[in-house]
Parts: sequence; structure tokens; C-alpha cells
Amino acid sequence: MNATLPFAQTETPINYLNADYGWKSWLFATDHKRIALLYLFSITAFFFVGGAFAVAMRINLLTPEGIFSHDTYNKLFTMHGIIMVFFFLVPSIPATLGNFLVPMMIGARDLAFPRINLLSWYIYIVGGIFTLTAVFQGGVDTGWTFYAPFSSSYSNTHVILAALGIFVSGFSSILTGLNFIVTIHKMRAPGMTWNRLPLFIWGHYATSLIQVLGTPVIAITMVLLGLERVLHAGIFDPTLGGDPILFQHLFWFYSHPAVYIMILPGMAVISEIVACFSRKAIFGYGFVAYSSIAIAVFSFIVWGHHLFVSGQSMYASMVFSFFSFLVAIPSAIKVFNWTATMYKGSISYETPMLYAFGFMGLFTIGGLTGLFLATMAIDVHVTDTYFVIAHFHYVMVGGMVMAYMGGIHFWFPKISGRLYPEGWAKFAALLVFAGFNLTFFPQFILGYQGMPRRYAHYPPEFQVLNVMSTAGASILALGYLIPMIYLAWAWRYGPKSPQNPWNAKGLEWEQSPTPPPTFNFEHQPVVTEPAYNYSGEEQEVKLG
Amino acid sequence: MSHQVVPVKVYAAIFGALLALTATTVAVSKLELGEYNFIVAMTIAVIKGTLVVMFFMDVRRASSMTKLFIGAGFFWLAILLVFLLSDYLSRGWLLNIHWL
Amino acid sequence: MADSEAILAPQEPELRHHFDDSAQQLEASTLGMWVFLVTEVMFFGGMFGAYIVYRNMYPEAFASTSHFMNVTIGAINTGVLIFSSFTMVLAVRSAQLRQKKALIAFLILTLILGCVFLSLKYVEYHEKWVDHHIPGPGFQYADPRYFHQAQILFYLYFAMTGMHAIHMIVGAGLLITLIVMAARNRFSSGWYTPVEMIGLYWHFVDIVWIFLFPLLYLIGHTQ
Ligand code: HEM
Ligand SMILES: [Cu+2]
Repeated sequence: MNATLPFAQTETPINYLNADYGWKSWLFATDHKRIALLYLFSITAFFFVGGAFAVAMRINLLTPEGIFSHDTYNKLFTMHGIIMVFFFLVPSIPATLGNFLVPMMIGARDLAFPRINLLSWYIYIVGGIFTLTAVFQGGVDTGWTFYAPFSSSYSNTHVILAALGIFVSGFSSILTGLNFIVTIHKMRAPGMTWNRLPLFIWGHYATSLIQVLGTPVIAITMVLLGLERVLHAGIFDPTLGGDPILFQHLFWFYSHPAVYIMILPGMAVISEIVACFSRKAIFGYGFVAYSSIAIAVFSFIVWGHHLFVSGQSMYASMVFSFFSFLVAIPSAIKVFNWTATMYKGSISYETPMLYAFGFMGLFTIGGLTGLFLATMAIDVHVTDTYFVIAHFHYVMVGGMVMAYMGGIHFWFPKISGRLYPEGWAKFAALLVFAGFNLTFFPQFILGYQGMPRRYAHYPPEFQVLNVMSTAGASILALGYLIPMIYLAWAWRYGPKSPQNPWNAKGLEWEQSPTPPPTFNFEHQPVVTEPAYNYSGEEQEVKLG
Repeated sequence: MSHQVVPVKVYAAIFGALLALTATTVAVSKLELGEYNFIVAMTIAVIKGTLVVMFFMDVRRASSMTKLFIGAGFFWLAILLVFLLSDYLSRGWLLNIHWL
Repeated sequence: MADSEAILAPQEPELRHHFDDSAQQLEASTLGMWVFLVTEVMFFGGMFGAYIVYRNMYPEAFASTSHFMNVTIGAINTGVLIFSSFTMVLAVRSAQLRQKKALIAFLILTLILGCVFLSLKYVEYHEKWVDHHIPGPGFQYADPRYFHQAQILFYLYFAMTGMHAIHMIVGAGLLITLIVMAARNRFSSGWYTPVEMIGLYWHFVDIVWIFLFPLLYLIGHTQ
């Protein structure tokens, strides 16, 4: 099918992948595209480690008595949470697709600080090594939230190592955000005004703001916690005169905005995919763009909704509850605008679009249940139950991981220069969707019926729903494994991709060869039209 | 930057002002002013900080982008402190409601 | 931004390949530095938040502990840091004027002042050590009513001034780098971005101290 396409290439010109060989050219790479791949492989590894813990938990929950001891189970969910949040989801899209695409989409030759970009990867790896050491030394049992005083005075596990890992890896996140902010401000190609920026860029800009403003607070919180643990003197443990709620405040000052670090880049990807496969400009570009910034700002003033039952002042809870409702508005705006974009679009159902559909449905459910939780009276009932687990897995896995998979498929031809097998990909996407819902929907019911989270055993009446959930998890795992296999295969053996296989808009497709050369463009790109100028396009390229 | 070089005089004047303000804040802290001790000390600290930012860090002549980022930094610090205090300051309130 | 059509090769020795010109490169560095300083504001902000919470929670204990703060050393150190900011700004000025000798002299002076600050800090820490005011198993406090609360203050004192001191040590390392670069004529072409950036960092660390000094040493002193 290559031959039918106008841009088909017969021999491989020099690109970023074959420009240089050998491990040094990778480990000392300053090319943002190579660093993106370094990140891609590292976070995939962490995804599988975190996934292994999840599998162990789901197996344990097949029967009410379980197979693991309480201590072991505590460690399983803690390590699962720490690895998935800090080492997979936070860097997932920004450090891979963002790293690869931000410079290309704005017509720059690299990020503003290529060496800092490489440094951020090394910092990430060092942080990861600390945390993995904690895992292999026997794990941590505090939950990913590290609540004091359990973490600072009572737990007998490797809290300090794990906290150190989070402290260190936080700086990699900060440096990525810093690099994006400066790049987006200073490195845009001629004609690339703010109002012509792809929404992918707006989403990453908003994400970067959160990374830069929020991450330092979790870093210092981890330091204070570690010091309290080492000195047996400190500020969080009530037996020492401290206030444990202060820890929760400082923790969630970062970690609530961080959940938007874990969704804004997903929204960024979805905007690109929806526009391309509806062959229409995003409806209400300005609303979608500014709603990203609004989310970044509002996300910082809702953290107290995690403290409704912690002893926080009721008045503060009311304020935080109110703002939590407000933060849902910009998220809803995005969903409405994507829907409006698809309306009367010529939609085609390639794999990335399937993931985008999945995202929109699941994120909506996750977001709406967030509103339930933000309602104080309901939260008192369902807090620390499986309802919360289901809520955030709908947004983080159903939302962000779906978007990540969609993005990986969408830009796979760009990154690898090859096409992936569309049939397998669609099959896997459907498996992921079905498996996901079977895994997590029962958990809403479980939570509503009162099954608490973070326990190894449960009363027998919850078994049916738990078995469903474990069954779903197996399907989900398969859905994630299949893409690993065919993408790896396609990277070597897949048919060569034309420059623009989706006939998509955007500098990275239209003005840069596939795969791109080291400096991304052969000529300085000049931008003369708004983003997503799909109107008037006739020819459509079908894949697979 | 391509700015003109600032005369040493200006820097020296700022340096002098900062030293004088330090002396003042120490002197005032010896007086019994109740809550005003805190207010005076913080006001002087803010003035000193502003002088350093404006003159030594040359934000006076920086781009509006730089100013925006600095403003955002302090705005976010304010968010942290204000919402944090919103909890601590209103913790006891519930007890004072008699009409319930 | 350049209008040129082809990928530009570096025209100036210090221009990195992905920038169009040195103006763009300088703007990027400046913005990057400021964004970094904003993260630093939030980093210290977490500790300031904790400080305010406990000061508000335990006012009497805080008044009582503030008598153990060495205001004289604190004030002298404030002066020393301000002086070092002054010499730093003169170093940047010398770099602008391409006066190599003056640049090196002012950088060395700044470094010396930084070391004076750290030495005085050491004297203070030593005092606290002698008085058993280091939080931890050996902590002792004269007024038993305030044992835990005073320990919290000293914990915050050490966390905040310790973080500040670590920033000073990093700054001293950066100054040494600058001195070496200056001696090797790296700034002779009129390119002096590193001097300017490290100057910003140094002033920022100064500002943190300007706030730490009244909060930790002065407030509550009269009660
Ligand atoms: C519509 C906007 C959202 C609202 C109003 C909302 C609200 C809430 C509330 C109130 C809780 C606390 C429940 C409890 O602990 O009792 C919660 C938990 C959580 N949410 Fe959301 N949420 C929203 C969006 C998101 C998004 C986009 C993500 C991630 C991508 C997310 C991730 C989480 C996580 C991880 C937790 C659990 C934290 C823990 O381990 O305790 N939320 N959400
Ligand atoms: Cu939240």
C-alpha cells in the first residue's frame, strides 16, 4: 500500500534513529526524540513492575480469605501505587510523547535545554533505583500517600528510601516542566502564534505549570517526613506535638494538582486524535485551550477534598468542596467540545480514535463520580472504599492510560517510521476497553456497598463482584500485552510509513520527514494557518 | 542583557538602604509593640526583598513575561498559605455556634 | 526568530545548535532561571507554611524559644549576605564591562562572604548542639511545659536554615565554577550569561534569608 501514497520513501534517509549507533549515542543523547525513547522504555518497565503488583492484589482478592498476609498485601498496594503514580503516570505522556512532539509541533529543533532534558531522565532513573531498592529490600507499607504518623513513627518498612525516590524523581518532573515552559515561550517557529498552537501544546503547557509549581512542595514534604523519621522529632506526629493533618495538607497540595498532571496530557492527546479522525477543526479552540490553563489554576485550590474526614475544619471543607465542583467545569467543557467536534465530522474508526472514544466515555464517568466524592455528605459514606478506587482508576487508567495508548498508536509511525498492524491494534483496544470496565465498574458497587479499600480480606458477600473484577483485570492485562508484542514487531518488520499516514495536520506530520531527522526539519518551518485546518480536505487515507 | 550598565552609585545606595533596614528591623524588635512587631518585621522584610528583586536582580527592567512568572510564583505561595490557614483558623469555629 | 531557510550552524562559539541567535538563547536562559526560582519559592513555601501553622498554634512556646536565638549572629549574617549580594551585582557589572580582573575579584569576594556566612552559621549550630537544642533523642528544654512545642520550633529552625545553608553551599560551588571560567577567559567575548544566572540564584538565596531572619530570630523576642 505504500506505493499508492504520494510520499512513499524507497530508501531510508538519515534520521534521528540511524544518525548514530551504539549505547553511547543513546545514553548521552541530547536529542529530545532519543530522550523520549529512553523515557518510553523506562516507564514501560515501571508499568510492568507496577502491573505485577496489581496482578498479585487481584489474585489475592479472588477469595475472601486471600492468599497473602495483611503485611504483604499492604506492601503490594503501596508499591503498586507509588510506582504507578510517580514512576509511570506522572512522566507517562509528557516525558515520552511530550518530549518527542513539543518541539516538533511548534517548529523548533530541540527543547530549550537539551542537556537538562537528558539530566531529567537520569534523575528519574536514580529516583527509580531508590524506590526499586526499597521494593527489593522488602517494600513499603504506608500506602502511596505516606500518611504520618504511621509513616514517620510506626511503620517498620523502607519508608525513607521510597520517599527519597519520590523526592529525587520529583526533580525530573520539575525539569521537564521547566523545559517545556521555556520551549513553548521562546522556541516557536515564525508564524506559530499562541492561537495557532496545537491543543497538545496548550495541554502540556498547563501540565508544566503544575509540575513546576506543585512538585517542589511534595519534595520538601518528603524531606520533612524523612527528617521526622530519622530524628524521632518533628512536626507531623501528634505524640511529638505535631499535627498529622498538616502532612495531608502539604501532600495533597501537590497530589491533587498531580492528578491533573496525570490527565491534562491525556486531554492534550485526545484533542489531536479527535480532530484528525473527525477531519474537523476542534470546536471552540479557545475554550479548550483556556480550559487547560483554568484546570491548572483551579486544581491548586481543591486539595482539601481529600481531608473531609480527617479532622479538617468543616468550613475549610465547604470551601474546598465548592472549588472541587468548579474544577469540573473546564473538564466538562473539553468533553463537550470534543463531542461537538465529532458532530457532522467524517469520523473514521482507526485505533487511536477507538482509544479516544474510550477516553471520553471513561473519563466522563470518572469525573462525574469525582463530583459525588466532592459532595461532603456522600464522601463521608464512600471515602476509603472501593468507590474511590473506581473513581480514580476511571480517570487515571480509563482516561490517561487510554490516551497514552491512543497517542502511542497515533504517533507510532512518526516515531518508528513504520506502520503497526491495524487489525491487532483494534482488537487490543477493544480488549482494553472491555477489560477495564469489567475490572473497575464492579468496584463502584463494592464501594457503595461498603467494601473498604486497602484490606487483604473481605466478607464473603463481596466475592462475586471481586471475581468479576479479577476476571476483568486478566483481560485488561492481555489488552496491554498484545500491543507490546505487535508494536515491538512492527518497529522492525512493519511496513514503512509514508510521511503522513493519517493525512493529519500539524508541523510534525506536514513539514517533517518520517522518521524525523535529528533537527526535526529540513527547512525552518513557517506557519501560515491555524491549527487543525482540516476543512476543504478531500482525500482520506485508510490504513490496515 | 543589552541594557545599559547600572552605575555603581545605584547599587551602593541599595546596599546602604538594605543595611539600614536590617538595623531598623533589629531595633524595632526590641520594642514592645505587641502584634505590631510582627507586622513591622514583615513589612521591612518585604521592602528589603523587593529592593533586591527590583535592583539587584534587575527585574525593574525585565520583560513583562519575567514579571508575570515572578508574580505567579508569589501568587501560588499565597494560595498555599491562605488555604492552609483557612483550615487552621476556622477549626474552632464550630464550637461557637449556639443557635444549633 | 530567524527568517533564514536552512538549519543554522552556530555562528558564535557559545550559541548552541538549536537556537536561532544568541538573543533567543539568552531569553531562554533567563526565563528558565526564573521558572527555576519560582519552584524554589514553592520549595521553601512548604516550610514557611508549616512555620506559620505552628507559630499560630503554639504562640507562647514560640516566644519562649526565640530567646535562644542568637540575634547578634543572625543580624551580622544578614549584613554579610546583603554585602555578598552587593559584590555579586558588581561582579555582573564587571562582566558586562568585560573587566576580567574586577569580575574575578568580585566573585572571590562574594565567595569569601558566603563562607563567612556559613562559618557563623556553624558557630550558631554549635551553640545549639552545646545547649542540647538539636531536635532528636538528645533534645532538652529548660521549660518542661514546652518540651515538644519547642522541639518543633527547633526542628523548623534547622530545616529552614539547613535548607538555606545547603543552597549557600551549592551557590559557593557555582561561584568557584564561575571564577575558573572567568580565569579561562570564557567571558571575554562579552557573553556572560552564567554570571548573570548564578547572580540571580545568589540573590534569591539572599532573599530567603531576609525572610528567615525576622521570622526565626526577631518575632516574639519581646514577649
Ligand atoms: C472532576 C474532577 C474531579 C473531582 C471533583 C474529584 C474528586 C475527588 C475526591 C473528592 C476524592 C477523594 C475521595 C476520598 O478520598 O474520599 C478523589 C480521590 C482521588 N481522585 Fe479525584 N476528582 C476529580 C478528578 C480526578 C482526576 C482527573 C484524577 C486523576 C487523573 C483523579 C484522581 C484521584 C485519585 C488518585 C484519588 C484517590 C487518592 C487516594 O489515594 O486517596 N481525580 N477525587
Ligand atoms: Cu483530589
